[in-house]
Amino acid sequence: MSYILSVKNLVLSRDGKKILRGVNLEVGDREIHSIIGANGAGKSTLAYTLMGLQGYEQDEGSLIFNGEDITKLSITERAKKGITLAWQEPARFEGLKVRDYLAIGAKGDGGVTEEELKEALRKVDLKPEKYLDREVGEALSGGERKRIELASIITMKPKLAILDEPDSGIDVVSLKEIVNLIQTFKENGASVLVITHRKEIAAASDKASLMCEGVILRSGDPLEISEFFKNRCIPCDSRVSPPKAA
Amino acid sequence: MSQITLNTLPSEIKDMDAAYSAAGGDAAVLHDHELASLVISGSKVLNANGVEGIVLETQETEHGVDVKLTIKKGYKIPHPVHLCFGLIPQDGLQEIMMNFVAEEDAAVELVAHCTFPNAIKIIHRMEAQMHVGKNASLKYTETHFHGPYGGAQVIPRAKVKIEEGGSYYNNFSLVSGRVGSLEFDYDVDAEKDSVCEMVTKVYGKKDDKIRIMEKVSLNGENARSVIKSRLAITENAESEFRGITEGHAPRSRGHVDCLEVIQGNAKAEAVPIIRVDNPLAKVTHEAAIGCVDKKEVETLMARGLEEDDAIDTIVKGMLA
Ligand SMILES: Nc1ncnc2c1ncn2[C@@H]1O[C@H](COP(=O)(O)OP(=O)(O)OP(=O)(O)O)[C@@H](O)[C@H]1O
Ligand SMILES: [Mg+2]
Repeated sequence: MSYILSVKNLVLSRDGKKILRGVNLEVGDREIHSIIGANGAGKSTLAYTLMGLQGYEQDEGSLIFNGEDITKLSITERAKKGITLAWQEPARFEGLKVRDYLAIGAKGDGGVTEEELKEALRKVDLKPEKYLDREVGEALSGGERKRIELASIITMKPKLAILDEPDSGIDVVSLKEIVNLIQTFKENGASVLVITHRKEIAAASDKASLMCEGVILRSGDPLEISEFFKNRCIPCDSRVSPPKAA
Repeated sequence: MSQITLNTLPSEIKDMDAAYSAAGGDAAVLHDHELASLVISGSKVLNANGVEGIVLETQETEHGVDVKLTIKKGYKIPHPVHLCFGLIPQDGLQEIMMNFVAEEDAAVELVAHCTFPNAIKIIHRMEAQMHVGKNASLKYTETHFHGPYGGAQVIPRAKVKIEEGGSYYNNFSLVSGRVGSLEFDYDVDAEKDSVCEMVTKVYGKKDDKIRIMEKVSLNGENARSVIKSRLAITENAESEFRGITEGHAPRSRGHVDCLEVIQGNAKAEAVPIIRVDNPLAKVTHEAAIGCVDKKEVETLMARGLEEDDAIDTIVKGMLA
């Protein structure tokens, strides 16, 4: 199995507090890999560090993407290599039209057709005629903005999509569509690293990792990892004795 | 009123058409006899075309033109009236005195472009009186283009009166090219059941100076207003915003909303002032000055944009 992403001993502090304490993680080529773990475990922090956001420059460790060390690369450079991120809480863009937002990710490879824009919206279950000319601003609900952010990743055609809780704020009925969407990314040749609290999404993954207090406790079969998390981690064992990485 | 074209050289018309296009207008509308339009170059009226329901009078003066535009009682003008004010040379003075009247129950949309594409030392002064009659509606959109050199000094001033049940919408935009110096000053009196909405959008660069002063007095019961300002300034530009709303009558409602984005060494000051002397009136405000939101920038970077392009996209969206 070849890995698209391999994270070795990633350590990161913020405001003097160690949040990632030696993360080791491997994501395979065309693999759907879910990260599960309690609130505050460091899942979003890991996502931000992988994307290279400002203030998330690692203290130690290495990030290898597609065989290349990306540790020193900017967000834009990482994006151009095919990494992208959907935020747990997406940004609002006053005045920016949905169609222009969706087209941004496709700029690098010759733009996007009207039909591709529409198709991306249909994939996230939004009616193109209703949304294409609206603003990605305050007039959209949180759930609508999340869907539109996912659509903006579809048009970008990344190699690795990091999705931070794509299910949060999205109604249960639509959970199936999110699962389908994640599978479409895979069919289109991408790998997906998805942070989630939903067992439906974990179940649809090829692999899962359990994060606890800034480390990956264990990785493996998604159902086994979910079970382990449910039965052994809550209340978190690590509060009694520090966790040992599997 | 019919089309008047006053001893004008074709080249002057061509130059103004080009300047109008540079400011974002579609010059074809200025030559369509079905549409009302007015084109003023310096102190010369190049074209004045009225349609049924509109009385358009112009008087050339030493440095400009006096304009009186009246929408007759009850007329709802189906197409926008296009106005173009410009100065083609690098220097000069243009003074426009405007008197707009929308009589009772009339409705009109005025689309104005003010264009000074070669400005190096130009002064454009506009003094306007606008009267929105009972239950009338006046929508006024003004788009400016001052060219790339920062050599325009533009002073638009207006006194607006909205009668009972009338509505007034003003949209001022100066977002491409340089500003130079802008001193914008609008003062509105709003009577019973009237609506007033004023939106200004300006993008300042280099050493541009922007002063925006907007005031609404809600004099009549149930009068409502919004003052909305979106400013982006960068490099050494400076801006000063004053948005004043006074609630003098029961159930009058007003809101002042100013959002500014600054970059580089730019300096911004925003002062919303709200005064209320009637316990049943309510006026609110919000003002924020800051850099471009980090999450917005990083989201666009994560889709592959360079940081500068990401900031540019966000600012253009805000000013769109
Ligand atoms: N700037 C900071 N300074 C100190 N601590 C921080 C800072 N930012 C985040 N943290 C802490 O880091 C920990 C991990 O946060 P993170 O947002 O990564 O958790 P998470 O696993 O994504 O949780 P959730 O499931 O609630 O989204 C939390 O305890 C949080 O309080
Ligand atoms: Mg999180």
